[in-house]
Amino acid sequence: MMVKKHAHISASVYTSHVPAIGAALDLGKSGEPYWQPVFKGYEQSKQWMKNNKPDVILLVYNDHATAFSLELIPTFAIGCAAQFEPADEGWGPRPVPVVKGHPELASHIAQSVIQQDFDLTIVNKMDVDHGLTVPLSLMCGQPDAWLCPVIPFAVNVVQYPAPSGRRCFELGKAIRRAIESFDTPLNVQIWGTGGMSHQLQGARAGLINSEFDNAFLDRLISDPESQAAVPHIDYVREAGSEGIELVMWLIARGAMDDVAGGAAPRVMQRFYHVPASNTAVGHLILENQ
Amino acid sequence: MALDKPYQDVPGTIIFDAEQSRLGYHLNQFCMSLMKKENRERFKADERAYLDEWPMTEEQKQGVLTRDLNRCLAAGGNIYFLAKIGATDGRSFQYMAASMTGMSQDEYAAMMLAGGRSIVGNRYTGEKQ
Repeated sequence: MMVKKHAHISASVYTSHVPAIGAALDLGKSGEPYWQPVFKGYEQSKQWMKNNKPDVILLVYNDHATAFSLELIPTFAIGCAAQFEPADEGWGPRPVPVVKGHPELASHIAQSVIQQDFDLTIVNKMDVDHGLTVPLSLMCGQPDAWLCPVIPFAVNVVQYPAPSGRRCFELGKAIRRAIESFDTPLNVQIWGTGGMSHQLQGARAGLINSEFDNAFLDRLISDPESQAAVPHIDYVREAGSEGIELVMWLIARGAMDDVAGGAAPRVMQRFYHVPASNTAVGHLILENQ
Repeated sequence: MALDKPYQDVPGTIIFDAEQSRLGYHLNQFCMSLMKKENRERFKADERAYLDEWPMTEEQKQGVLTRDLNRCLAAGGNIYFLAKIGATDGRSFQYMAASMTGMSQDEYAAMMLAGGRSIVGNRYTGEKQ
């Protein structure tokens, strides 16, 4: 195999980031019958993670009125700090390790992606909420320190409109080009989180649409270009007002090899379960060949 | 030209768009203030007095005082912000979610365990189930 002289994306991971999953882990409830099937779906993934330890994870997530109130609502925000504290979301911070960043790669990505016409907000001080820490817990368990540095990449999905699926997919392509132009041979994973179908508000709260979710998983794997063309209203109507978080998965998907003319990714894990609290849980691991 | 808002015929759903965000700014910022322990304590000690420190509408204040989350949503509240009221009350999110649907928490939890609320009949306002 050719030795790479620059950073590259080896794989993408996709997962829901339901806060109740974090609470179940933190409170030692993961063995309870309600939670067992959820965590079982990630057993193999945790092993995969150990066998495929990256140097850096770029983790796409959304803040839930934690770091960003209505004072400031950036559509895309990249965390360039050396570290990020787990946020107090009203019950005290989750008992999880501090998230170490990768300021060199993060600031490189910021400059490169802005030059590719995406207006990223650069964040040098930010606490991170369950949107970022629950995926790490699902994939890494409960270690004393996270296995590698993490670059938080926050997307606004709180105030409508979130960025379109198309724009997210294009952003993924730009992030890929940015990473490949970083002259250190880092193994980078890109994670897309949130979803799947759920609605947390109003008389329609509790909506789940497993047909939509599974079709989304199918198309994300084999035809992401067409999934990227799906408009917001389809997510809102079919997957619930909070199901729109799924557009974040398209950022990670747009950064994979096949989108840039390479080979199709290998599906290393696929998992779907209903419910975790109010939400359908979905999970994929795609590996570049 | 008016903005296109194709989401207005989705039943039981209020999309937190730019207009709702404008209407709900102070309501949501009040909720945000509950992230701090000392504010939670002051709110709990005298809810009305604490709310009166915010330039919120009376409708918004009544929505909060009666814990009517649908009323808060209609008045510009966003669920991620409103959730902080529930956290202050020591309520689970599922309790809050159930309260918006007219179901008891047990009924709502049972619905979720059975696969959640079906999309059938829930796509368009006025659609037959």
